[in-house]
Amino acid sequence: MNLDFGFFNWQIVQSFILKGLAFSVQLTLIAMVGGIALGTVLALMRLSGKPWLVMPAAAYVNVLRSIPLVMVILWFFLLIPLLLGRPLGAEVSAMITFTVFEAAYYSEIMRAGIQSVPKGQVAAGYAVGMTYAQCMKLIVLPQAFRNMLPVLLTQTIILFQDTSLVYAIGAYDLLKGFEVAGKNFNRPVETYLAAAVVYFVICFSLSMTVRQLQKKIAIIR
Amino acid sequence: MGKWDWQVFLQDTGGGQTYLQWMLSAWGWTMSVAVLALIVALIVGSFMGILRTTPSKVLVFIGDAWTELFRNIPLLVQIFLWYHVIPSLFLSLRAVPSFVLVVFALGFFTSARIAEQVRAGIQSLPKGQTYAGLATGLTRVQTYRYVLLPMAFRIVIPPLTSESMNIIKNTSVAFAVSIAELTMFAMQAQEETSRGVEIYLAVTLLYFVSAFAVNRIAALIERRVQVPGLLGAK
Repeated sequence: MNLDFGFFNWQIVQSFILKGLAFSVQLTLIAMVGGIALGTVLALMRLSGKPWLVMPAAAYVNVLRSIPLVMVILWFFLLIPLLLGRPLGAEVSAMITFTVFEAAYYSEIMRAGIQSVPKGQVAAGYAVGMTYAQCMKLIVLPQAFRNMLPVLLTQTIILFQDTSLVYAIGAYDLLKGFEVAGKNFNRPVETYLAAAVVYFVICFSLSMTVRQLQKKIAIIR
Repeated sequence: MGKWDWQVFLQDTGGGQTYLQWMLSAWGWTMSVAVLALIVALIVGSFMGILRTTPSKVLVFIGDAWTELFRNIPLLVQIFLWYHVIPSLFLSLRAVPSFVLVVFALGFFTSARIAEQVRAGIQSLPKGQTYAGLATGLTRVQTYRYVLLPMAFRIVIPPLTSESMNIIKNTSVAFAVSIAELTMFAMQAQEETSRGVEIYLAVTLLYFVSAFAVNRIAALIERRVQVPGLLGAK
């Protein structure tokens, strides 16, 4: 079979692809910001030393990390309408799902980041009269974020790839854009190839950027 | 949310079997895809990981390119490539069943991650071991076989364990090309019976059990092959 990309033009990109790309990027950013925020709270809970905080946080992280993301997407898509009494739509459902799901992964990263800060610094913070919250906010978390920045960004690249799984509930993301274009023009082979190239270019250039950043951080340290 | 109705699993699917039987057969498909893909991933991933540690620039480039290629495209897109694109580009592959295509898709996807672990494992060994091997007259292949790899593979068992658990989770993506695995079962049975919560709970539990079993088997292997005297050995 011969490949024919001749039908691809700006019109198609505009009407099918960009809409999907916008949703994928939006979903990635929301889940990243929400996931890191929730993940940091979970990490602090796990490191608090208080069993009533440690246990729920550990259970949250371990349960979500042992379920396939597709199942989590399906679970939320099923449960949200049951709990709210009305459906929210695949797009909003995906945003909630990814935030909740990614928080489990970000929390493991933040936990390692917090643990990478020497204990003496916290002791020093307490010694000068800081509260726990001040210690965390002013001393520990800024360093944890910085140390973990490359890993957090790598996780975000994985998150961007994983957004393609909203396919399971029919949300319109980047992959769906290519698929719909392929169906409309009866050129599925070309559009799936194009989708792979686009994902590759985005993810590869992002991971190269992260690698550069990692080198820079390594020098400063 | 209504009452529980676990009897849904005893209902007939209309095809002469109950939902329970269907689910167990779906579990079998999930595990078959996972195990076969893991074998593909271990073979290809080890090979590519070893290439990336050789002194030859060409071989390193091949290993690097392989890893980047399969790591930077989402699994679902890779599965579509194997399912829709490859058979229409290579007509001779048209007769290959989709189960086999999914095994290779998942296997190659995971091979990139395993290549990364194997490379890191080999490079974590002191360079002196390679030199010592070469100095005693071993060829480079022999040095890998008798000096580097026996240590490196032991070092990478923990990360490989989590990759094996990931591969079970990742089989769920095969629903997209209609492999009759657990996630596919969950979606279809949910639609047919409207008892989504019960069905999803059972399926989630099976994923848990499978991942836990892999974890225990890996721990057993780790204990069996540990090198006495190293940290972590009892």
